[in-house]
Amino acid sequence: MTAPTCYAGIDSGSWNTKAALVDGEGRLIATAVVRTGADVQGAAERAYASLLSRAGLTREAVAAVWSTGFGRHSIPIATGARTELDAHARGALQFVPGPLTVVDIGGQDAKIILVDGEGRRVGHKMNRKCAAGTGSFLEEMALRLDVPIGDLPRLASGFVEELDLGSFCTVFSGTEVLGLIRQGKRPADLARAAYRSVAKRVLEMERVEGTVVATGGVVAHHPMVVELLAAAIGAPVKVPAHAQEIGALGVAMSALAASRGPGGA
Amino acid sequence: MNASARLKELMNAHFAGVDRAARERTAPVAWCTSVGPVELLRALGYEVFFPENHGAMLGASRVANEVMGRAHALGYSPEICSYLTSDIGSYLLKKTPLQRHGLSGAPRADVLVYSTNQCREVRDWFEFYAREWNVPVVGVTSFRDIGEVETHHVDAIVRQLEALVPTLESVAGRRLDAARLEEAVGLSRTCSELWGSCLRAGASRPAPMTFFDGTIHMGPAVVLRGTREACDYYRLLDAELRERVRAGVGALPRERFRIYWDGMPVWGRLRDLAALFARLETSVVASTYCNSWIFDALDPADPLPSMARASLELFIARAEGPKERYLEARIEEFSVDGVIFHDSRTCPNNSNARFGMPQRLRKATGTPVLVIDGDLNDLRCYSDEQARTNIEGFVEQLEGAPPRATA
Repeated sequence: MTAPTCYAGIDSGSWNTKAALVDGEGRLIATAVVRTGADVQGAAERAYASLLSRAGLTREAVAAVWSTGFGRHSIPIATGARTELDAHARGALQFVPGPLTVVDIGGQDAKIILVDGEGRRVGHKMNRKCAAGTGSFLEEMALRLDVPIGDLPRLASGFVEELDLGSFCTVFSGTEVLGLIRQGKRPADLARAAYRSVAKRVLEMERVEGTVVATGGVVAHHPMVVELLAAAIGAPVKVPAHAQEIGALGVAMSALAASRGPGGA
Repeated sequence: MNASARLKELMNAHFAGVDRAARERTAPVAWCTSVGPVELLRALGYEVFFPENHGAMLGASRVANEVMGRAHALGYSPEICSYLTSDIGSYLLKKTPLQRHGLSGAPRADVLVYSTNQCREVRDWFEFYAREWNVPVVGVTSFRDIGEVETHHVDAIVRQLEALVPTLESVAGRRLDAARLEEAVGLSRTCSELWGSCLRAGASRPAPMTFFDGTIHMGPAVVLRGTREACDYYRLLDAELRERVRAGVGALPRERFRIYWDGMPVWGRLRDLAALFARLETSVVASTYCNSWIFDALDPADPLPSMARASLELFIARAEGPKERYLEARIEEFSVDGVIFHDSRTCPNNSNARFGMPQRLRKATGTPVLVIDGDLNDLRCYSDEQARTNIEGFVEQLEGAPPRATA
């Protein structure tokens, strides 16, 4: 029997549970994404099973599983945990060296993470207790526009007029959208306005400058947010491969680093 | 802490004493804001009740969120002080943690005495009860955002303190005795020095007491300032803390990091946050909040001017510049690895993260800073998950930070 040589990370998010597997050299082997739903532990198990299936490996090949995300402390198969702040920074650093600013937009929160040239986190900001600037806001807007969330990018791509949603609050923004619909505004323009709103709220959290890397499910599935962020800061925004699974990758790297002992990072 | 048993006795006796005075008319009863002119009231023989202390009890017991809605329905906005809305809601619904101390409710006042040195809300709060009970409400309308405390500030507050005296004498039915006032100011000063000594023990490594302990042990400094009992209590606590320091006993089994807390406690999550920091082996060693009951200016030889100066030198009454210099000094004094600012939704005056201070402090001192959103009492403004991720993430950041020079 050979020794286990892989390290898995599970990112238990509010919408989706993501998983990533790296080998002993930190090379990405596979990723998986499943809906979280109401069963955090079950979703973690499904994501892990899917991950192993995609990698063509069994659990015996995995030396350690670590977790991140809001459900990080509720996953029995994980033997270590790091916050999303740490995991996303570490994941982004696999693709882009520091110093950098990581903009992570997830289902229930948005984060701006500052990383120095040595790869150390030096600060962060999370959104206030409010869904504005997160995936939940886009869900609400899609509901108001009567389209599946997955169709929002296509709808927004047909925009003609730039509109602004002025409300801080997701519920009030929904009401504002209904008012604009009554005024005859086009759904495509309103979808675009929803993306503009997300980008605006995120950029109000913290100064975003230098090398900017965007991660998270919203970034992966709604590229217009990235375009709007880049336009607003006047510089390119890098989106790494596996932007949605970057936290899972980051925490898998933490598991690997821990296996090497102190200073293993 | 061994002193905790005595603390419980003292607080029980305090509540029982004010309640008895209110019910049996054995002494006049005044309500006073937490850093109001309590020494005048002591000198005139009042039993004194501090509604901000009651507000904190409502928060810590989580009764606050059950009752504050009643005050909102009266037109007191959810955006204003949740001590105020909790307390008024508690009064209207007759639900209070004071019932655990044998009281049916907050004792009725004969006079309400405020100082707006912390916020304007205290006046509105007391005026509600003045209307309810048809009793006088008097107070000091203080300066705010003070750069340097000047003589003209002090003189103006002294005149207002002097103007309180006729009403307070009339309600108490006795004249103010200069010797008794000097005695009360002297006892407040001693209490302040002893409490300050207890808090400075936190500069030791490991810290013998955390901010979370301090929020409980500060009770006598708030409600018994100007009494011998408070001084005796802090002698006891100080001796215990000195012994802990001598023996190298920390509040936590292991202290990896040291944190300074600025802003209000999240009363309804005090225990959870204490447990979280303990799990992270991170000691919150000092705070602006607990330090706010240290009054260096008090001088029994010069009662009213020194009371005025003490009320004006208070951190919360100061401008950003003096506040920043104060925090820089505390970072140095307590050798902290990071500063956490609690941005308390309904307490803007005690939230120092709204005008760029954390960012300036980080730049000036190189100390990592974190801002968490929450509230002193209204838990609807607080997210357990967000706070936990923020704090855990902050400690992870400290784990990866280069070592800091120790003081």
